[in-house]
Amino acid sequence: MSPAIGGTLARLDGRAKVSGSARYSGEVPIPHLAHAVLIGAPVANARITAVDATEAEQSAGVLAVLTHLNLPKVAMQPSLLPSLAGLAAPGHTFFPMQDDTVHYAGQHVAVVVADTLERAEHAATLVRIDYDTTPPVTLLEEIKDQAYEPQKIFGGLLPGRQVRGDIEAGLRDAEVRVEAMYEFAANHHNPIEPSTTTAAWDEVGRLTLYDGIQGPTSTQLTAAAFLGVPPAQIRVVSNYVGGSFGSKAMVWPHATLAAMAARHVGRPVRLALNREQMFTSCGHREQQRQHLTLGARADGKLVAVRHHKLSLTSHFDDWAEPSLQSPAIIYDYPNYEGIYRLGRGNINTPTFTRAPGEATGMFAMESAMDELAERIGVDPVELRLRNCSDTDPATGDPWSSSGLRECLERGAELFGWAGRDPRPRQRREGNWLIGTGMATAAYPHAQPVNPQRARARIYSDGSVIVEAGVSEFGTGISTAMTLVAADGLGVTVDQVRFAGGNTDMPNITAAVGSAGAGAASAAVHLSVTALREQLIGMAVADEQSPLHGADPAAVVVEGGRMALRDRPDAGETYSAMLQRKLVPDVEAIGNWIPPAQDVGHGMHTFGAQFAEVGVDAELGLIRVRRMVGVFAPGRVLNRRTAHSQLMGGMLWGLGQTLLEATRMDARSGRWANASLADYLVPVNADSPDVVVDTVEVHENVVNPLGVKGVGEIGVVGVAAAIGNAVYHATGYRARSLPIALDDILSQAS
Amino acid sequence: MRSNTQASARVETPDTAVVRGPGDVEVWLSVNGAAHRLAIEPRVSLLDALRDRLELTGTKKGCNQGACGACTVWVDGERVLSCLTLAIACERREVRTIEGLADGQTLHPMQAAFIARDAFQCGYCTPGQIMSAVALLKEGHAKDDSDIREWMSGNLCRCAAYPHIRSAIRDVRDGKTGD
Repeated sequence: MSPAIGGTLARLDGRAKVSGSARYSGEVPIPHLAHAVLIGAPVANARITAVDATEAEQSAGVLAVLTHLNLPKVAMQPSLLPSLAGLAAPGHTFFPMQDDTVHYAGQHVAVVVADTLERAEHAATLVRIDYDTTPPVTLLEEIKDQAYEPQKIFGGLLPGRQVRGDIEAGLRDAEVRVEAMYEFAANHHNPIEPSTTTAAWDEVGRLTLYDGIQGPTSTQLTAAAFLGVPPAQIRVVSNYVGGSFGSKAMVWPHATLAAMAARHVGRPVRLALNREQMFTSCGHREQQRQHLTLGARADGKLVAVRHHKLSLTSHFDDWAEPSLQSPAIIYDYPNYEGIYRLGRGNINTPTFTRAPGEATGMFAMESAMDELAERIGVDPVELRLRNCSDTDPATGDPWSSSGLRECLERGAELFGWAGRDPRPRQRREGNWLIGTGMATAAYPHAQPVNPQRARARIYSDGSVIVEAGVSEFGTGISTAMTLVAADGLGVTVDQVRFAGGNTDMPNITAAVGSAGAGAASAAVHLSVTALREQLIGMAVADEQSPLHGADPAAVVVEGGRMALRDRPDAGETYSAMLQRKLVPDVEAIGNWIPPAQDVGHGMHTFGAQFAEVGVDAELGLIRVRRMVGVFAPGRVLNRRTAHSQLMGGMLWGLGQTLLEATRMDARSGRWANASLADYLVPVNADSPDVVVDTVEVHENVVNPLGVKGVGEIGVVGVAAAIGNAVYHATGYRARSLPIALDDILSQAS
Repeated sequence: MRSNTQASARVETPDTAVVRGPGDVEVWLSVNGAAHRLAIEPRVSLLDALRDRLELTGTKKGCNQGACGACTVWVDGERVLSCLTLAIACERREVRTIEGLADGQTLHPMQAAFIARDAFQCGYCTPGQIMSAVALLKEGHAKDDSDIREWMSGNLCRCAAYPHIRSAIRDVRDGKTGD
């Protein structure tokens, strides 16, 4: 039934990407283009007392210097809602340059526009801004005593406290308890393409924004709200996006500032963030601390979990990444208490960062599970199997699909887990201490709340174009949607062209929270099946068709040819019918209405991670030697690109575990390492070969094709698997990420 | 510009090169075999000259600090970071970018191998990866995987396609045409 879906089609945009012809948002040729450069505040807590732009304004080529003194006020401030909602989606409840207050270092305080980039950059150094400063608050340590429990977090979507059963009684009655504190450094996404927006107004006041974003509609609606311009007058184009990982999931002020600057100078304007500005202009994974207590029976069956988290957020938003959600339901236990606490500091609002919440929360959970396994002398895989739940423990509803047991078992087999000696410091190869570790992965299945649409059109020669306003930021969405369209319509892959990337196309939500493939495939599938019904309807109603008078339900389509299921000789191609009837094309819209919030099923994606590390006994160097990840993401649309995304996620997990930390200079309130030379991400030499596998599950709840998505789940659990492997190698139990070499040395010597 | 007057003073010693700039000057660049005349300030980097003046946007700007490798091109056959290279310093040299790698419509084997091995996702680091990968083979730095891992580590891929990048390089090294 699905000859194309599940195959391994090479990326259809591959040629454009390897030949350099793919144009990202800062690369579209536009005549008469001017360049804007942002100036960020060098201080974190201040009032602006004076601005002197005279010298900058007189500098060669300068067209304008915009500050809070002359930038127009925004029309309104939309509220912070995750872009999955399909509404305006500002990254924070704030717009810069509206008054003289500086809330965090790097906050935009001026925009300089000139005829060339070099002249804009130079003039930016000539703008003099005086500040009246106050000592900033930028560390978790500084706010922990003033922390508060928010009503809601995550754009108001999640409660600040979740409870089931009786946590005190559960922990009191537990035969074994594991309690630990976990510390997490702030992380930054650092896609290789810095966020860039090019803005062009036409002579009748319509705006085109070329924007690197996970969903063009989110930029359109957000800019419309800030600018007070109807969305119908704003077209957003996002053909290629050079990575995002959450940094382009929400719409940050630079997109609107580019439009304001272009309107001000009467020319198209390109505004590109530089690398340092990427650390202060589009969110981050917040610095956080988690306090976790597990209570279990002597056989390892969990009975109670208490999980508290403290996060550092901004002055204007109650943001914490939702770290507690997956640990709360991953295993079957009756007593639970999860509490988020926040403290406000001089820092930008944090945001989604790949596996937002689960990357940290599951590190705590699965590290503690490893301790529990050792304490009671049960194999770590066996301990997970004993705690697997067939229902969502929070509601008692069955899972829409799980596959966790299969992932654990398949992962153990692929990795060669059986027969592992659980004692630490037992394997040594020369100077290298060798250890292995594993962890469970889990990620909640998020659904869009509003209808998702796509449009399919077939021409009389049989060629097909399918459109939906998605953006391509590395997920391979266009390639996958080509497969979906081919199968649904009953044509071959090479007959279909899928196009996305702008807001003139049928509206679809931003691809965030691993929900992109599910939403887009639902809309595309419904569009092509509607088109197919229409075409079959035309054939059976047509006296000249071999299918005249047939029951439409008895007609099947393969290779673009309609035929009776029982009499394959009776039939004709779409193309033959349309040409005979002198119909140039037929078109249909697919309109997917996502299921209501309460579907009577728990919806979650599961997986299992395994890692082997070598730790240099003298230097403390940690090298991940191999990784195995097995996942149950529902229907896999394109095996090739899905496995690549899962592999990339696993290596993201490696980065989180061993390398990635943005460190705050508390005296200045500025990030101390805001560059790609100082913020370490995995390089080729860090990255071992990775084995990725998926297990099939029957999934028919989440969306028409049963797609749960693969963007985040690959990251989840990696940090614990590596951390547990480091413990196995050295006897050092990592409770702070990233793991520092000196921690290993002080313990392992 | 502020420095217009002070910097245009010329030192009158016989063995000193002619001072050009700081305003626009004529710069001839040979890129992918084609000669281009540009009117640019001497401070314009090769990267910005390629991207903003010649519309050769295949060469990418990831950090503008020489840390990510996305801007890797060849100058006289050597790989260089075009963000740290001034365009004016490339006169009378041959610049080769990703747009000049294919033979007409036929992709370079490394480009084809990157597609066959799915050695990229978002594609933004890819031109730099490919320019490094081809140079790596020529330099003899791809003897084994540890060699490739080390010598490709100047090119960051945030999508982390690294294992597939190694596969693509191995394929071209060993004369395989994909899987």
